Amino acid sequence: MEILNEIRFKMPSLSVNEAAARAVVSSFLIQADPTVEELSDIRTAVSEAVTNAVVHGYRHRKGDIELTVRLLPDREVYIRIKDKGCGIEDVKQAMEPLFTTAPEEERSGLGFSVMQSFTDKLTVRSAPEKGTTVTMRKRLSQHGG
Amino acid sequence: MKVDIKNENGTAVATLSGELDHHNAKQLRAELDRFIVTAQPRELAIDFGGITFMDSSGIGLIMGRSKLMKECGGKLEVLNPQPYIRRVMKLAGIERIVKIR
Repeated sequence: MEILNEIRFKMPSLSVNEAAARAVVSSFLIQADPTVEELSDIRTAVSEAVTNAVVHGYRHRKGDIELTVRLLPDREVYIRIKDKGCGIEDVKQAMEPLFTTAPEEERSGLGFSVMQSFTDKLTVRSAPEKGTTVTMRKRLSQHGG
Repeated sequence: MKVDIKNENGTAVATLSGELDHHNAKQLRAELDRFIVTAQPRELAIDFGGITFMDSSGIGLIMGRSKLMKECGGKLEVLNPQPYIRRVMKLAGIERIVKIR
């Protein structure tokens, strides 16, 4: 994978860092001049993935979340959100729309659906007690020359 | 995240501003629920015009308040979501549960 530029950011699993993660991604991607809609899609997808790590991955204990954003050739954006939390027993089930294990927190079960709809490709790798890694790719449009 | 609630003759409008994510939703949920339970409005409209960011946490918030309003004999509406917030709402099919204006 040829990487044109990359940023890596590590934060503890505090819910206040959901906004920090979005801000980091936005600031980094400004150099690629995304449209307002593309940036909003990416911010929303990142927010979902980081929230999942806070709410589910580190449900019982705090830990670190690592966010990596890369700019690849042909205006492709690569995003990875990695936690070393409790992991997901059944990834397929977790990705079903409306499935949630945290109804008491009013989680709608739409996190993965949003990530899927707002990016081009979503991959989830997870193992119980090892953690979860979410990767997303999105190609930015050529606009304004 | 800020919320300003105005209530006139049982018709209330809660105007939100700022970013609505999981972190902010907790406090907002508590404030709205306190208002609904004490004031018992017939109609509550949540104005999203000033919301600059919303992820699926906002969906949970709307669904939860809609349920509570129903339990209290009232109904909920959503006002003025910006286009990219409307996309999240559309994905969730929220318009089947509450009216969006």
